[in-house]
Amino acid sequence: MSAPQWNNKVVKWVDDRLPVISMLHHSAYEYPTPKNLSYMWNFGSLAGFVLVTMILTGIFLVMNYTPHTSMAFESVERIMRDVNHGWLIRYIHMNGASMFFICVFIHIFRGLYYGSYKAPREMLWWIGILILLAMMATAFMGYVLPWGQMSFWGATVITNLFSAFPIIGDPLVTWLWGGFSVDNPTLNRFFSLHYLMPFVILGLVVLHVWALHSVRSNNPTGVEIKTPQDSIPFHPYYTIKDLFGLGVFLIFFCAFVFFAPDYLGHPDNYIPANPLVTPPHIVPEWYFLPFYAILRSIDFTILGIPAKLLGVLAMFASIVILFVIPWLDTSKVRSSKFRPVYKWFFWLFVIDTFILGYCGAKAPDDYFMGIPGLKVIVMGQLSTLYYFVHFLVVMPLVGKLERTKPLPASISESVLKEGANA
Amino acid sequence: MSQTVHSSGDHQPDENRRDFLTLATTAVGVVGTGVALWPFVDSMNPSKDVLALASVEVNLANIAVGQAVKVMWRGKPVFIRHRTEREINEANEVALNELVDPQADDARVEKKEWLIVVGVCTHLGCIPMGTATGEARGDYDGWYCPCHGSHYDTSGRIRRGPAPKNLEVPTYTFLTDTSVRIG
Ligand code: FES
Repeated sequence: MSAPQWNNKVVKWVDDRLPVISMLHHSAYEYPTPKNLSYMWNFGSLAGFVLVTMILTGIFLVMNYTPHTSMAFESVERIMRDVNHGWLIRYIHMNGASMFFICVFIHIFRGLYYGSYKAPREMLWWIGILILLAMMATAFMGYVLPWGQMSFWGATVITNLFSAFPIIGDPLVTWLWGGFSVDNPTLNRFFSLHYLMPFVILGLVVLHVWALHSVRSNNPTGVEIKTPQDSIPFHPYYTIKDLFGLGVFLIFFCAFVFFAPDYLGHPDNYIPANPLVTPPHIVPEWYFLPFYAILRSIDFTILGIPAKLLGVLAMFASIVILFVIPWLDTSKVRSSKFRPVYKWFFWLFVIDTFILGYCGAKAPDDYFMGIPGLKVIVMGQLSTLYYFVHFLVVMPLVGKLERTKPLPASISESVLKEGANA
Repeated sequence: MSQTVHSSGDHQPDENRRDFLTLATTAVGVVGTGVALWPFVDSMNPSKDVLALASVEVNLANIAVGQAVKVMWRGKPVFIRHRTEREINEANEVALNELVDPQADDARVEKKEWLIVVGVCTHLGCIPMGTATGEARGDYDGWYCPCHGSHYDTSGRIRRGPAPKNLEVPTYTFLTDTSVRIG
């Protein structure tokens, strides 16, 4: 595509010296987009919107927040009670974290269903996983800042995970804490890094979009754009579709902010941190529950590796494994629409992650959904097993054995056929 | 620089020298960067004022037999239990090979009526219950960690649950019969 000719003198003057306007024009205006994208393709831009929202609300929160163990809790309460609209800004930020994860999880499941991780989109996929990891670190550190009971004990439990590593474990944890327990130095560094990370995420998002625009968007058929008939320009078609999606999403977001702002949080975090009393039941935020369930479900030793270390390794592995799925999935067909067998396994996997989430929220010795005899820990172990079996066994095998449905010749053909059938 | 035209054979020593220089420069650069990074990494380790608060003195006179207290040391609780005869016996009766982290009771106490351990669960760092009178002390009469269900005995040793190790014994010295310095 040739650079557009700018009529406006100022625009042209700037663009001749720094072609930033041409770049934006390419990527947000004429970017050729498959013409069959469904609403499942809205969640990337929604996640981007939430990122910006988080950065903005965060900047204003910092203007009133004090990162010191003796003042952090009260400064947050002051934001809630005394700062003009402080309650609103904090509730947006607090619920924004959840919204961010909702968007990103749907975005990832979308990618899994439509095979968006397959060649040539591996780098795009990897950067996405890095964004997820950075988000998790950011969310964890942010949750510590209000210095409530869950902040403190969540930080204690999670940083202690690193003590599972042999030899380096204990010095590593001391180094993370800057002391011998979670304390003021820990709060300070988490604050510093919590401010830094969103900009790292922003940088990764730029790379993510860059990679996207060089390999082009996947689409529900998983068939690449072949002719100009297959695509439409991003603007106005997808700008308007994204904006409409944003409107719907904002209703959902605002419903939480205004009507159930604390629904997704834990009430114990409104009790100031107390290093001498552990709350009876420590649970992470909902978006960490499946991973927490995997961590906890390993309560046995394998080959002399202690359970604690195994649990930590399993938890990290549950995300790291995503990096290699472009090679674990042996199917030539991207979209599960044309994979009659794998499709069911995909939904089983989705259900599995929900079960893991449920198990993460309950005490290990509770009964799963009140079913007598079925302990949460056992259900957690089974679903952890399926989590890994899905990637390590189902993906390679089903890809080889399954007879896929015939693919449409092109995006355009599939759209016309669907139109004719409607 | 010499303008002489070398035959191809003559390049050899020159290229070797160049490779060596490139390698040496890279090595110096990498080491130098590492050295320059170290102060930043080390600045995250416990600072001098944190280290200075690393010991605390406790008066034991008011702790009756059968009672236990929590004191703060390095930002975390230390449990001091004035053990009863029965608790001491319980701790000594168990066979070492029955223990997850085998350690004799003698090796964990200086005076057998005083058990002093760091009150941090060796699993993921929660504070076990059982210090205050009336709290659940688990199936082995010591402490019980509610977070993931670890049971500790009257010597602070792990008996059941996910915790891998016994409650840590801090370094301490008895200054007199009724006072102890921890750290
Ligand atoms: S922290 Fe005590 S059992 Fe897990």
